[in-house]
Amino acid sequence: MDSVLPRTGLWLAALFFAVIATALAADIGFAVHMMICAAAALIGLVVTVRGWDPAAAIRPVDTGRYDDDLIRLGVIATVFWGMAGFLAGLYIALEMAFPQMNLGLQWINFGRLRPLHTSAVIFAFGGNALIATSFYVVQRTCRTRLALPGLATFVFWGYQLFIVLAATGYLMGISQGKEYAEPEWYVDLWLTVVWVAYLAVFVGTLLKRSEPHIYVANWFYLSFILTVAMLHLVNNVNVPVSWFGSRSYPLFGGVQGALVQWWYGHNAVGFFLTAGFLAMMYYFVPKQAERPVYSYRLSIIHFWALIFLYIWAGPHHLHYTALPDWAQTLGMVFSVMLWMPSWGGMINGLMTLNGAWDKIRTDPILRMMVLALAFYGMSTFEGPMMSIKSVNSLSHYTDWTIGHVHSGALGWNGMITFSCLYYLAPRLWGRERLYSLRMVNWHFWLATLGIVFYTAAMWVAGITQGLMWREYGPDGYLVNSFADTVAALHPMYVLRVFGGLLYLSGAAVMATNITRTILGHYRDEQPLHSAAFDPARDVPLAPPLAI
Amino acid sequence: MNAFLQLSTHSTYDLLRHLADSYGLAIMALVFVGLCLWPFRPGGRAASRDAALSIFEDDSNDA
Repeated sequence: MDSVLPRTGLWLAALFFAVIATALAADIGFAVHMMICAAAALIGLVVTVRGWDPAAAIRPVDTGRYDDDLIRLGVIATVFWGMAGFLAGLYIALEMAFPQMNLGLQWINFGRLRPLHTSAVIFAFGGNALIATSFYVVQRTCRTRLALPGLATFVFWGYQLFIVLAATGYLMGISQGKEYAEPEWYVDLWLTVVWVAYLAVFVGTLLKRSEPHIYVANWFYLSFILTVAMLHLVNNVNVPVSWFGSRSYPLFGGVQGALVQWWYGHNAVGFFLTAGFLAMMYYFVPKQAERPVYSYRLSIIHFWALIFLYIWAGPHHLHYTALPDWAQTLGMVFSVMLWMPSWGGMINGLMTLNGAWDKIRTDPILRMMVLALAFYGMSTFEGPMMSIKSVNSLSHYTDWTIGHVHSGALGWNGMITFSCLYYLAPRLWGRERLYSLRMVNWHFWLATLGIVFYTAAMWVAGITQGLMWREYGPDGYLVNSFADTVAALHPMYVLRVFGGLLYLSGAAVMATNITRTILGHYRDEQPLHSAAFDPARDVPLAPPLAI
Repeated sequence: MNAFLQLSTHSTYDLLRHLADSYGLAIMALVFVGLCLWPFRPGGRAASRDAALSIFEDDSNDA
């Protein structure tokens, strides 16, 4: 291959610069990160020189007509990061209930593990699911192979490097302190490069399509990629203290900085966790139900309404702060309006099953999708309600927020991702079916019960906390100290751990199921539903009495 | 500050705020309504049906 030499040169240059940056590092964290970059460059160098193909080991005999290597890797990465993220979540839930779990170590205290958990589940688990499914859907709906396959490979592996840098940084205490935007300036720059490459691959594939219309799922994917690029760039306008150090300071300060952060933060929910996953919904739900989407025209209104409204809703994170009152009200009004397109989308997804509702009984994958849509509906009702100022005065800063986020993340994002993974695994590896459908059923119930325990505990905890904080005695003093509320919440925190344990167990069942499917095993099991022949009841209906 | 932004007698904030409250708002609202009405154009029903069914055409090798 004639391209090996220039690629080897590029890897060598990257290795060289990473080693120099390690030597010049202003702090230990930056040095560790540059060593990780050097290791990544070294791996890339060896893989290039030896001509290894990491996707070859998991490639089936019949690869089909599409470019699916990265999607297979993406499915594995999604399962892996999901397990890591859920485990981190379980551990920090344990830390909240039993602080001894900190073990007195700074690297694993709640403050450092919490961003590790959120980034692992949102960006590593969710992000890999989005990249993999977007590459899958865009090829099939455009009936063409990926444009720029080399760049697509860079997107996948570059994104994994971003995840590793972000996660190790949190453990070492490297953080911008901005929620969902914790990685420091150099990791942000790396993600920008990866994301622009992602955009190029996606738009390039759309441009070379052999289908006249761009299917609506691709609109949602494109809006997710474009908006996340914009949000990421604006929220991370930082000036590094040193070109070889891990510390930087943001350009926006005070209330402007807070508004930019929550404009970012809320639209990360809106465009990463909503638009991107709705794209999955608009392709995989009709495919699994084997019926077209209920109303294509509603899906287009859903799309534009979501785009036009979501972007203004961020200020509801800053109620009763220094943010001008009109901006708070604007955020609240747009959040309430957002309820309509959200439910329009949920109804569109659910009504796709019109005439096929019986499949919920027989197809646990479709049932998982329906549950995801139900949770999408629930959390998009709860969200607008919590953004109303008077409700927010009770709910804000309490565990109610945590409950709300998890009903959306575990219920909507988690369940729709799991069902897409179950859809993809047999198809990508050319298997007749999954290893076990009964294990999907087990996963469904473990995860559902886990969510119920988690969110119910957090609702009770949040409202308890909010009411205790605002309780005044007849003497005009607050009745409860902060420590009183912590003691009152302890049972709820233990229940949350139990919910998280159930959810993680369900994911472990999935990991086993997907692994065995990839290996080509089929579990010998009874079908989920069988209509046994009963001669006594299997007779024609009696004719009507009167004619 | 460039010439355009200096046209305001008050401040950049004032200018942008008035733009957002008037022409900006009207244009955004019109574009939004136009985009939502687009699928209801004549022939939109058939085009939407074709688009909704397109994911099932020729999908034998979807794997």
